[in-house]
Amino acid sequence: MLSVICIILLSGIYPAIVWGIAQMAPDKGEGIVIKEKRGRYFYENIGQNFSDDKYFWSRPSAVNYNAAGSGGSNKGPDNPDYLLSVQSKTDSFMTHNPGVNREDIPSDMVTASGSGLDPHISIEGAMVQVKRIAKLRNLDENKVSKIVRDHIDAPVYGMGPERINVLKLNLALDNLTAH
Amino acid sequence: MNPQILGVVVMFVATLLLAVPLGKYIAKVYSGQKVWTDLVFGQAERLLFKTSRIDPTREMTWKQSLTALLTLNVIWFLWAMFCLLNQAWLPMNPDHNPGMTPDLAWNTAISFLVNCNLQDYSGETGVSYFSQVLALMFLQFVSAATGLAAAAVVFNALKDRTTTQLGNFYNYFLKSCTRILLPLCLLIATIHLFEGTPMTFKGMDTVTSLQGDTMHVSRGPVAAFVAIKHVGTNGGGFFGANSAHPFENPTYLSNIVQMIAQILLPFAMVFAFGFYANKKRLAWVFWGVMTTGFLILVVPTIIAEVHGNPYIAQMGIAQPGGNMEGKEIRFGAVASAFWSIATTVISTGSVNAMHDSFMPVSGMNMLLGMMINSFYGGVGVGFLNFFIYVILAVFIGGLMVGRTPEFGGKKIEAKEMKIAMIIALFHPFLILAGTAIASYLAAHDANMGWWFADAAGKHNASGWLNNPSHHGFSEMLYQYTSSSANNGSGYEGLADNNPFWNISTGIVLLFSRFLPIIGPVAIAGLIAQKKFIPTSSGTLKTDTGTFGLLVFAVKIIIAALAFFPALALGPIAEWMKMH
Repeated sequence: MLSVICIILLSGIYPAIVWGIAQMAPDKGEGIVIKEKRGRYFYENIGQNFSDDKYFWSRPSAVNYNAAGSGGSNKGPDNPDYLLSVQSKTDSFMTHNPGVNREDIPSDMVTASGSGLDPHISIEGAMVQVKRIAKLRNLDENKVSKIVRDHIDAPVYGMGPERINVLKLNLALDNLTAH
Repeated sequence: MNPQILGVVVMFVATLLLAVPLGKYIAKVYSGQKVWTDLVFGQAERLLFKTSRIDPTREMTWKQSLTALLTLNVIWFLWAMFCLLNQAWLPMNPDHNPGMTPDLAWNTAISFLVNCNLQDYSGETGVSYFSQVLALMFLQFVSAATGLAAAAVVFNALKDRTTTQLGNFYNYFLKSCTRILLPLCLLIATIHLFEGTPMTFKGMDTVTSLQGDTMHVSRGPVAAFVAIKHVGTNGGGFFGANSAHPFENPTYLSNIVQMIAQILLPFAMVFAFGFYANKKRLAWVFWGVMTTGFLILVVPTIIAEVHGNPYIAQMGIAQPGGNMEGKEIRFGAVASAFWSIATTVISTGSVNAMHDSFMPVSGMNMLLGMMINSFYGGVGVGFLNFFIYVILAVFIGGLMVGRTPEFGGKKIEAKEMKIAMIIALFHPFLILAGTAIASYLAAHDANMGWWFADAAGKHNASGWLNNPSHHGFSEMLYQYTSSSANNGSGYEGLADNNPFWNISTGIVLLFSRFLPIIGPVAIAGLIAQKKFIPTSSGTLKTDTGTFGLLVFAVKIIIAALAFFPALALGPIAEWMKMH
């Protein structure tokens, strides 16, 4: 009997209260979205796959940014297959970004995130792609650099790393080209 | 200060500042003094006790308390098995996830029942919302409350008096739920809602990405789940990627909140003991020993992760963020490394980065955290594990200085020592025996038949490893260590959803949960019955730094002797290869 009461309290009343509070939270607790004029919407926190050269790329993903699942590569740091895959990601990055030196590529652009849905890249990871984007979109490199700098999220109350939300950056890039 | 370092310092200090008053509050709850939550929950609790026909003032002995505990656990296990096996046709399954196989349901039900949350499934595809909320989240609450209530019985037994009456177990249990876990969870869930964690019963969404791909996005009642997952040091994630998932842990701020939430109760229980049994100095000695151990593990781990992977450095790639494989940009290497040790020294087992991809030094420290399992430890049970080492230290200390071993004015005799030794040695036995069997099978690439098949349908035992060589050995060692420590994190590369791993770790989980609860409660019950001897010049003082050092030494000696050979084959060999 105690168990039944506990189920009602802990699995019934408690989640109902949290759900109630969620109705006051951003986007009613259904995941924060960015809405566009044409009715398109995107989940701000869920990273997207950007393989197109005219967009800033996201990090490599072990689940190919399919958010029906999530996970990392789980490769150990000395696994020879893993090191080969990092090598080939680096080579492919350099092919798509001519003129970029190896030592300019930050490791987050060639390693998979833990969730496979990381919405962010590092500042270095964005800056190293500026040249490619500017060339493909016929934009001034300084202008593209400026957008990147404008999209840096500062540490939260002075804590944690700086980062850039790739989706927001690419949306801003599309807006710039449209005008 | 570097913003990433500042972040983890703030997390630690904030936890301590919150834990002391919380400990005082918990002590008041268990001793039945007036607290402010009486206004909210007092009436409701009386009603609950009345409907379930329990008299919360009836005193119970340690044996009666344990019987109550085990009976409740059997009922919960059967309920969880029912939900998991039948979730396909039960309501609240918008993504049409199938029912679990019996071996997976066995493993999942046990691992949530014992506060471990080893997850051999992925939340997105493996369970329905019905199972998540009514089975798994329910077990996250009650398993934590079980640990808390058992600790409360021990607190009561360690008071300076002679008694067999140790309070009412049901009363401790229900108050742990209503007065401690629920209010904390409501607060933490609310913060998460405003940081962007979903709380919806709508199923998977389908959207088109900016560059035009179709993508699916799993959602669910995550905020309620993630709160108790940490407050109860359960660690089982709503999604497969656990707290690395950007819905489950959307921002650096939510990361701080989750970190504080999981260390808070293990801290607070130590202080609660001090306030409850009026042994405040002793509580600070305990906390000091635990913190020393924690810092020894966490500092080298942060350094290793910030330095990054030497093989990647050799390729000429810059590692400004450190070792980023398996880590999220929004947390960074420092907060991920801090989390990896916090989650293993306490028995949470949630992850915000993939442990399989950490550096060897970090892997070794995570394993050590779980092997010792009482540098803080899980909710309630961490204190019980620590208590075992204290008994051992009292005995050894007594022998060293030629005094009768005493703790809290009670003699420690052969019976208590026997129980303590069995508990202390059973943990290494389960881990090493399990790892030995699995390694033997993998090394001989045995044909596992029904017990195991990899993705390609082959039955070779080596197929469950995701990494070769020493790291592969570490994957198996980690899985049994995590099970025996009731931790629940994993080197997730290991293919663990098959009868061999589901059943073998399930058995380890059962033993490693209930023996370390039964043992300390029995010892405390036996001690409580003994005659109280007032402190004299012949008493070995326990509330001193010297005694703290002794407890620390006992832990290190037991862990080092038992586990060094296994660590040498795994992470230590891997480290030597890489440098």
